[in-house]
Amino acid sequence: MSPAGAAGARVELADWGWRHSGRSGWSLRGVDLVIEPGQRVLLLGASGAGKSTLLHAMAGLTGASGAISGDEEGRLRIDGGPADAARGSLALVSQDPETQLVMARSGDDVAFGPENLGLERAEIWTRVHDALDEVGFGYGPDRPTAALSGGEKQRLVLAGALAMRPRLLLLDEPTANLDRTGADRVRRVLEHLLRGSEATMVLVEHRVAEVVGGAANAGEAEEAVSGLVDRVVVVEPGGGVVADGAPSAVFAGHGRSLAEQGVWVPGREPRPRLQPGTPGPAVIEAADCTARAPGGIGLLDSPGGRVLHGAAAEVRSGAATALTGPNGAGKSTLLGLLAGLDAPEAGTVAPRGRLADVSTRPLAKWPARRLARHVGTVFQHAEDQFVTASVRDELAFAPRRAGMGPREVRRRVDELLERLRLTGLAAVHPFTLSGGEKRRLSVATALSSGASHAPDVLLLDEPTFGQDMRTWRELVELLAELRADGRAVVTATHDSVLLDCFCDVEIALKDGYTRPPIARTGAAVGDGDSGGAAGSGPAETDGGHGHDGERGSG
Amino acid sequence: MSAAGAHGGEERPRARSRPGPNRVAAAEPATAKREPVPAGGGSASSDGTDTCGSGARPAGRGFARRAWLPGADPAGKLLAAVLVTAGLIPVVDPVTSGIVLAAGLMLVPFAGLGRARLLALSVPLLLMGTSIGLVNLVFGEEGPMGALGAAARLLAIALPSLLAAITSDPTDMADSLVQRLRVPERPAIAVLAALRLVPLLVEHWRALGRARRARGLDAGGNPARAVAIFAGKAFALLVRAIRTGTLLAMAMDARGFAGGPRSHARLSVWRRGDTALIAGTLLLLGTAHTLSLAAGTWTPLTF
Repeated sequence: MSPAGAAGARVELADWGWRHSGRSGWSLRGVDLVIEPGQRVLLLGASGAGKSTLLHAMAGLTGASGAISGDEEGRLRIDGGPADAARGSLALVSQDPETQLVMARSGDDVAFGPENLGLERAEIWTRVHDALDEVGFGYGPDRPTAALSGGEKQRLVLAGALAMRPRLLLLDEPTANLDRTGADRVRRVLEHLLRGSEATMVLVEHRVAEVVGGAANAGEAEEAVSGLVDRVVVVEPGGGVVADGAPSAVFAGHGRSLAEQGVWVPGREPRPRLQPGTPGPAVIEAADCTARAPGGIGLLDSPGGRVLHGAAAEVRSGAATALTGPNGAGKSTLLGLLAGLDAPEAGTVAPRGRLADVSTRPLAKWPARRLARHVGTVFQHAEDQFVTASVRDELAFAPRRAGMGPREVRRRVDELLERLRLTGLAAVHPFTLSGGEKRRLSVATALSSGASHAPDVLLLDEPTFGQDMRTWRELVELLAELRADGRAVVTATHDSVLLDCFCDVEIALKDGYTRPPIARTGAAVGDGDSGGAAGSGPAETDGGHGHDGERGSG
Repeated sequence: MSAAGAHGGEERPRARSRPGPNRVAAAEPATAKREPVPAGGGSASSDGTDTCGSGARPAGRGFARRAWLPGADPAGKLLAAVLVTAGLIPVVDPVTSGIVLAAGLMLVPFAGLGRARLLALSVPLLLMGTSIGLVNLVFGEEGPMGALGAAARLLAIALPSLLAAITSDPTDMADSLVQRLRVPERPAIAVLAALRLVPLLVEHWRALGRARRARGLDAGGNPARAVAIFAGKAFALLVRAIRTGTLLAMAMDARGFAGGPRSHARLSVWRRGDTALIAGTLLLLGTAHTLSLAAGTWTPLTF
């Protein structure tokens, strides 16, 4: 129906605003924006600024018949008509591939959109094959979608969008949920697309460098951005467009304020100089651990494959330990063992030192209450963290269980809400927060009982992935504070900046085997030897959170 | 609409070279498309998903070569199972049901099921049959013949449905139901999409348990608290399932699912074998009833 390489759509917003139902504040208001056919727009803004909402509105999901309910004001037109009338000529790619795939077989999934367009069978399969080729899928169309990795799934989602030959392509942080390898491949496909297609494109991505490739310095990155997007539009939480123009102009004129709002502006990445840790005695020791991936639950399901083989790791107090390695190497599994959440198939995970004083039983056998008091865990997917139905209850959960009185709990929670910039959202369900807000809350739940009640060991699975820069900086400073306080911090991470500036010991994993620990940041791995660099880095202490924009912009 | 259009896409040129309304000829590329496993496709994880989420694939991995039932049209199999149910509900004697059950059992080798699956399926079936037979024997008024009849009837009705379900790929089933039996399209697709989410729910359940342990919630041997925690987890799973469903519905909407007529990427092919299956089922039911009548054992259901 629509010819190959259809011309782009024109998007027009006039004094447009949106308020989610059940919220008192507007996500966006007074948005005036015209996107001409074929333009490639990078949409930026702080976490929770309504970027995703704007994309969903353009995708026609907020109209009267749409899936998202709320109050709308002003005017939104795609090619002069309402957005839901333009469905079929636009495509949306969101963060999580799991909730975007429809069919059990890859080819069938890509065909789903073209089927909805009512295309001829031959045309559908031509498009399916073209789209799969375009994203470098690498498997046949019969590949079960469930057997794909996260990155492969996201490329399949992208293929499903391309097969519709959209005139308007909307991309909502398409790489945020992916590991580095997966993100790299999706990014390469995007680069190729952005160069070759005539469709109008709107891209949300707070990690600009993630889109444009690993540009080393500001000039290079800006050049790369201008090669791919013609225009950068910045929106403000509860407001409208605050900056709009060519990438170089926007970054030159607003780079500093954008960085303060948490946008990863090229050339303004944070380089916090933190005092290295002083590794103390071991608190958890894993020896010779073997573990399997969880199998299915069905009668006919076989147990999962082995993901750890004789892994060994030592967690020291006062130090930051990083578990690194490619996707599937067993980082998360090892983290789960060290956290006492899962028991190894063979081998031991035993408390040592301070923790052995509490109990000498294997960590996986500790009652949950005791475990939570001494060992905190922050899951990779923030939604996995939440056990209550409101933001306030999430934060009050730990203080209540630590035995604080209602008045003190209230005071603590209010203070935390303020610090997390979630004050207006205390009553909402955690799932309804934006991606960045959920992340902040999930980390806070592990620490909400206060510094004196903080767990001896805090384990975080990919804590910085997909974070905006402001959250990133606050998180790293918070973790450094804990470490300076003698706590052990363990992170499974791909983030090289985090690794360079914060981690003391790196334990690399490959195919389920651990390598011997490597010392980083000048901290010694040897027994009790303290770090060499004497107090040159200003390890931030409390009070600096939330309003120290200067640090990252040096 | 001619059958010449490719249903798989893999074999399009061949399909086009043999145009015409001959469905059987056009069917061959469809099976050919399913045979080859894509490079790297035979991994352990894909095996796991086959068993976990989607059940059978026609003549695919996990089925023996002579397996014929997985290749049959899913709607045909379902129709045959419905016919058997309708044909056996009015009679309670062991002879009619026994003949149908024997025929059903003869089909089992052609289902291409592995030993593990066969065992996993037969154990609950046998338990079911034995227990209903025993209950009827002890409490029933019909004596041993009535008990045997109840057991045979139950198994004879259950077996074809089970075979139809386990030898049909859900996607093929939906295609077939929509294209052959004119089942409304949107609900069928919605069920398919929901099926894809089942493994995801299993993962969510596990994550909910780990989150509770990490946050310090466990029963600690207290049954009342165990019930409370289970209820909390179940509710949280419901919330997550609804949320996941909403997000998926949004994604489907954005892909144009909301309105307008759809076309079909996969052609559901009705073959001679499928007609034969239906005809055979009718013949079998007729024979069973006739033989039972002739033997004087035929007993109608009475209230």
